[in-house]
Amino acid sequence: MTVGGRLSLEAEAADLSREEALRMFEGMVRIRLFEQRVNQLYQSAKMPGLAHLYIGQEAVAVGVCEALRPDDYITSTHRGHGHCLAKGARVDRMFAELLGKADGYCRGKGGSMHIADPDGGNLGANAIVGGSAGIATGAALSAKRRGTGQVAVCFFGEGALGQGVLYEVMNMASLWSLPVIYVCENNLYNEYTHYRETTAGEVLDRPLAFGIPAVSVDGQDVRAVLVAARAAVARARRGEGPSFLECLTYRYLGHHVGDVDRSYYRSREEEEEWKTHRDPLATLAGWAVAQGLATQEDFDRVREAVEAEVEAGLRSALEAPYPDPSEVDQHVYA
Amino acid sequence: MSTRSPVQVQAGAGVRELTFAQAVREALAEEMRRDPSVFVIGEDVGEAGHPFKVLAGLIDEFGPERVVDTPISEAGITGIAVGAAMTGLRPVVDIMFGDFLTLAMDQLVNQAAKIHYMSGGKLRVPLVVHTTLGATRRSAAQHSQSLHAWFSHVPGLKVALPATPRDAKGLLKAAIRDDSPVVVFEDKMTYQLRGPVPEGEFVIPLGVAEVKREGTDVTVVATSSMVAVALATADLLEAEGISLEVVDPRTTVPLDRETLVASAAKTGRVIVVDEGCRSYGVTAELASVIAEEAFYHLDAPVRRLGAMDVPVPFSPVLEDLTVPTPETVAAAARELLGKA
Repeated sequence: MTVGGRLSLEAEAADLSREEALRMFEGMVRIRLFEQRVNQLYQSAKMPGLAHLYIGQEAVAVGVCEALRPDDYITSTHRGHGHCLAKGARVDRMFAELLGKADGYCRGKGGSMHIADPDGGNLGANAIVGGSAGIATGAALSAKRRGTGQVAVCFFGEGALGQGVLYEVMNMASLWSLPVIYVCENNLYNEYTHYRETTAGEVLDRPLAFGIPAVSVDGQDVRAVLVAARAAVARARRGEGPSFLECLTYRYLGHHVGDVDRSYYRSREEEEEWKTHRDPLATLAGWAVAQGLATQEDFDRVREAVEAEVEAGLRSALEAPYPDPSEVDQHVYA
Repeated sequence: MSTRSPVQVQAGAGVRELTFAQAVREALAEEMRRDPSVFVIGEDVGEAGHPFKVLAGLIDEFGPERVVDTPISEAGITGIAVGAAMTGLRPVVDIMFGDFLTLAMDQLVNQAAKIHYMSGGKLRVPLVVHTTLGATRRSAAQHSQSLHAWFSHVPGLKVALPATPRDAKGLLKAAIRDDSPVVVFEDKMTYQLRGPVPEGEFVIPLGVAEVKREGTDVTVVATSSMVAVALATADLLEAEGISLEVVDPRTTVPLDRETLVASAAKTGRVIVVDEGCRSYGVTAELASVIAEEAFYHLDAPVRRLGAMDVPVPFSPVLEDLTVPTPETVAAAARELLGKA
């Protein structure tokens, strides 16, 4: 019988090797540079529709996915580019999907909010808040039934705490000891409303009520996220059931690319505070340099290489063909 | 055996009389034996065997791992089944009453129905939702609705409406083997009705209508609970020298337009009968298919009979007024023939 309590962690933050530090920095900078380009595509009217940018929250996706096997599952959200990239998606095919091209992960049928890459364990981003809670929990049930040792990670924002289905599936995950990790990315805002205005009580009391061990971590510190994710994954693989991580984080930009004037729901000072003092990329690089694991030049080189990858990926996506009109009624039924 | 010919199942040769509920259970048990990835999940599906006892005994053979009792959480159950279906299992979700599908709408409409398409064909959701429709059980407005039109309106979902024990077995087996999500609606009033059911491997492809009774004067296109009503009407009118042909689409999605249109062209007069509410419902779609594709063969406008556009009332005196009966279908047929 599981008794809910604080998920026990081995340390407050992970010790990292040089390779781990550089790899996670690379993962975070890939998300950052990819999304900066997405924002530019929107502003220059080259991208159809909107996108919900993840910039500022990179440590959550990268820290959690660092703890996963390639065949582990994730489900993602409308703010999902970071999760997809951290789970191994390629930038060229991501760009292609956002541009509605045939080379995209979903042949242009999904777009920004629906990128799925089952070969990489990504069961799909979801435009319904809380909409993938059932899917992730079902994937965990399936993994347990099939005896594969896989775990499933359900990424969701704190806005999903308002959705009943989340509690229905957490209840079943706990009853049946399913290998699922609920990762609540608390970026403070349900769209344009502070979560304190929408969320009664304490966040962690909710999973604890189901007997699910939970912990709140600094989502801007990838080493803290990694430690918590490893503990949750290990618990799931041991067959002991679900865990819940609340990652305290911040989106630097708007709810979506068009949300430019944010003064009515949060201050510029608050934004500057997070960007200046709690940036996940600077935090990791600063720590690694102080530890003597790597130099700032090492991190600059990683950034340059990713920059080249992102530019090449964007070029190929811009040149890629659109889907043939005949595809419009393909894939309605399997 | 031609699935488009009238039912002429002979006794013997592997055909027994079973109740509708027994036929459903046999289909599930056979598919669970054939394929270890098939499992049942729902409220009171285990020891209780479902309130209508449709699933009685399954847990004894397959155990609680494959006959999964759940909390009363339709959205959660359906969502979990969607995730399981995407990752190698073939869940059959039991939703005790069709009315409770409203609680699982996001999981079915936004998730299950669209995942294959949104992923560009890479993900599949081989999910079956097994549920009920139909009034006249004195269960009032939240346990009596026939909501199959809603799901027929969502691209990506298939919808099966078995009317006989034989169809219940054959369609459910096809639904379980299908790689798309299929919602199977069974009329809760028919579970104890008996009929011939072939033993063993017997699968009715989705999208193949059946002429349940051949006739010459009027075609009655009837679904689910209304097939028995149509057949009773045919008996009634035979004494008056009126010959009805009864056609059962068996699935609204995919729809066997060809069989419907062929029968309409043959008789020239058509009544469509379905237990969903009449407005914006299945009868409207089927009538328009026939009107569009058989127009020049029709001697009269297509008539539609559905449930009244009211919440299902409790009082038997009122409830019985809300659904088509052999008498109302017969009256419509006489009108079409100018014999009213």
